[in-house]
Amino acid sequence: MNLRTFLLGTCSAVALAGLAQAETLTIATVNNGDMIRMQKLTDDFTSKNPDIQLEWVTLEENVLRQRVTTDIATKGGQYDIMTIGTYEVPIWAKQGWLLPLDNLGADYDVDDLLPAIRSGLTIDGKLYAAPFYGESSMVMYRKDLFEKAGLTMPDAPTWDFIADAARKITDKNNEVYGICLRGKAGWGENMAFLTATANAFGARWFDEKWQPQFDQPEWKNTLDFYVKLMNDAGPPGASSNGFNENLSLFQTGKCAMWIDATVAASFVTNPKESTVADKVGFALAPDTGLGKRGNWLWAWNLAIPAGSQKTEAAEKFIAWATGKDYLKLVAEKEGWANVPPGTRTSLYENPEYQKAAPFAKMTLDSINAADPKNPAVKPVPYVGVQFVAIPEFQGLGTAVGQVFSAALAGQMSVDQALASAQQLSTREMTKAGYIK
Amino acid sequence: MARNVSTQRKVVVTVVAWTIGILIFFPILWTFLTSFKTEAQAIASPPAFLFFDWTTENYFEVQSRSNYFKHFMNSVVISFGSTLIGLIIAIPSAWAMAFAPTKRTKDVLMWMLSTKMMPPVGVLVPMYLMYRNSGLLDTRIGLVIVLTLINLPIIIWMLYTYFKEIPGEILEAARMDGASLSKEIIYVLTPMAIPGIASTLLLNIILAWNEAFWTLNLTAAKAAPLTAFIASYSSPEGLFYAKLSAASTMAIAPILILGWFSQKQLVRGLTFGAVK
Repeated sequence: MNLRTFLLGTCSAVALAGLAQAETLTIATVNNGDMIRMQKLTDDFTSKNPDIQLEWVTLEENVLRQRVTTDIATKGGQYDIMTIGTYEVPIWAKQGWLLPLDNLGADYDVDDLLPAIRSGLTIDGKLYAAPFYGESSMVMYRKDLFEKAGLTMPDAPTWDFIADAARKITDKNNEVYGICLRGKAGWGENMAFLTATANAFGARWFDEKWQPQFDQPEWKNTLDFYVKLMNDAGPPGASSNGFNENLSLFQTGKCAMWIDATVAASFVTNPKESTVADKVGFALAPDTGLGKRGNWLWAWNLAIPAGSQKTEAAEKFIAWATGKDYLKLVAEKEGWANVPPGTRTSLYENPEYQKAAPFAKMTLDSINAADPKNPAVKPVPYVGVQFVAIPEFQGLGTAVGQVFSAALAGQMSVDQALASAQQLSTREMTKAGYIK
Repeated sequence: MARNVSTQRKVVVTVVAWTIGILIFFPILWTFLTSFKTEAQAIASPPAFLFFDWTTENYFEVQSRSNYFKHFMNSVVISFGSTLIGLIIAIPSAWAMAFAPTKRTKDVLMWMLSTKMMPPVGVLVPMYLMYRNSGLLDTRIGLVIVLTLINLPIIIWMLYTYFKEIPGEILEAARMDGASLSKEIIYVLTPMAIPGIASTLLLNIILAWNEAFWTLNLTAAKAAPLTAFIASYSSPEGLFYAKLSAASTMAIAPILILGWFSQKQLVRGLTFGAVK
């Protein structure tokens, strides 16, 4: 080997070592306000960790779900960090698709995570995903319309009160509707709302032996109540309204009440977007006196797929993005009202946050009132408040959502819809081997 | 001699043609207009048509959040690359089927078309595994390969129908003059079929530009084209119509301009008849 070859070899070895040091993390995420804000603030992370670079893949929620599911199921290794929902975490962790987050650092303070959110992400005592923001559902209502109708919204209303108030306030000639609820078919759209509401009415998806329960009176009460209420006091075309459609109806002053995700609170109280920003009040999701409220529990979380080669860097990033210092960073740059909500107890104890976010207490109470391991009045074999954490639920939930949406649109009766849902679920659950 | 067409008939035909044209163009126009509204105006009911405060903030927002140029270049490489490779393979095969048919030619054509009948999601997992094993995931070359394969049946079918219009005697005459097979295809057939080839080229570039299943599923950060750029602006929580419209306008603008400039070729190719 002559000197030239030796030098060349050394140079390439040094160059390769340099390349190996600068690691690039590819992060898949959804296009939600809090996530986009995080992308803008990552300079803070890269300046503290100059050896780690970040590449973002932002996708629409359903595209993201399909995309990361394909990648993780085939161990494609395209992503180092994935943004996934509370629904996926227990299923994927059990499949061995996610790595437990053991090294988030000493000052991460895992015990500060809200217990309800943390329990949904913990399997066999190990945390498999770190919550970036969490949400529940609650009632958002127009204080001015309630006052005009001579009504007072209690902090913890019942469904009967909500229904009466909605019918009383509705003034269809002036395009004011008593209540706006989701009707658009989809497991994460109308079925999220209806499954959570069914819990308050004492219904459940399955009994302990995985037998579907749509033929039980509790489900009939739920769906009857919902369809009648929406026909009397809901906006026209409600069967195609999802989160965004109801948000725009509420923001333009057409709804007296809207029961939906707590994250909507920051949108409807934002004077730049909402015409009713200073007239909105909040209350807990309603109940029927059976001991369960119809409030759900959801979080967008960061997780590391199994087989990732960059675990250490990925954990560093997750610790940064979901840590306490990140909340402070957002508060410094964008104000306390824009801090991602629903993940840490310390945030809700912070007086500055309480002052900046009038919905803080109601959000915390709503999250704390949700119990994913024990969602219904009767015992159930599954985990999840507004979903059933089994892989089959995406397909099944959407199929049932379609018949319920059709019932709301008047294309079939409530009884027909329930019979159809029962038949669909029995078939699907038998096929999947749950019903022996 | 020109046909005698009554004025009334002319008016009716013109009105019908314009109505259909406007109906087809309306969604694009609406997207364009929405991209200049604020998010609140974009969902306002009743919607404002022209009289709103025009703003370019969505374009600034989109520009600051995404690397448009990277996605644009990926789209250009993928759509032009796959179409050119497709043409190189398709011209000889269409020649063979048009001028040297066998009794199985019709079956071969049908078989090629049948590959388009299966929904792509049916082969997603096997494709993904093959791409993973060969290191083609999230690469431009990987997308060029898959889009070439997808559009090849269409290219061959289109070229086949154009070539069929060309009298075989002209090629025969070239052969009599001593032209080899490759010379016959390059110097005789191709120039005569230029309008047909041009419209095939354009149509396939448009198809490849807009392809949104494989380009979304086989890419992550590096090779993602403009379809992924659009997909990143739809949001499940929060208002997004105005920004999504701005992103869509930016994504379709290049292909729209290309189509505009080449519409003469496109129309000539699509109405291409026997050699005049």
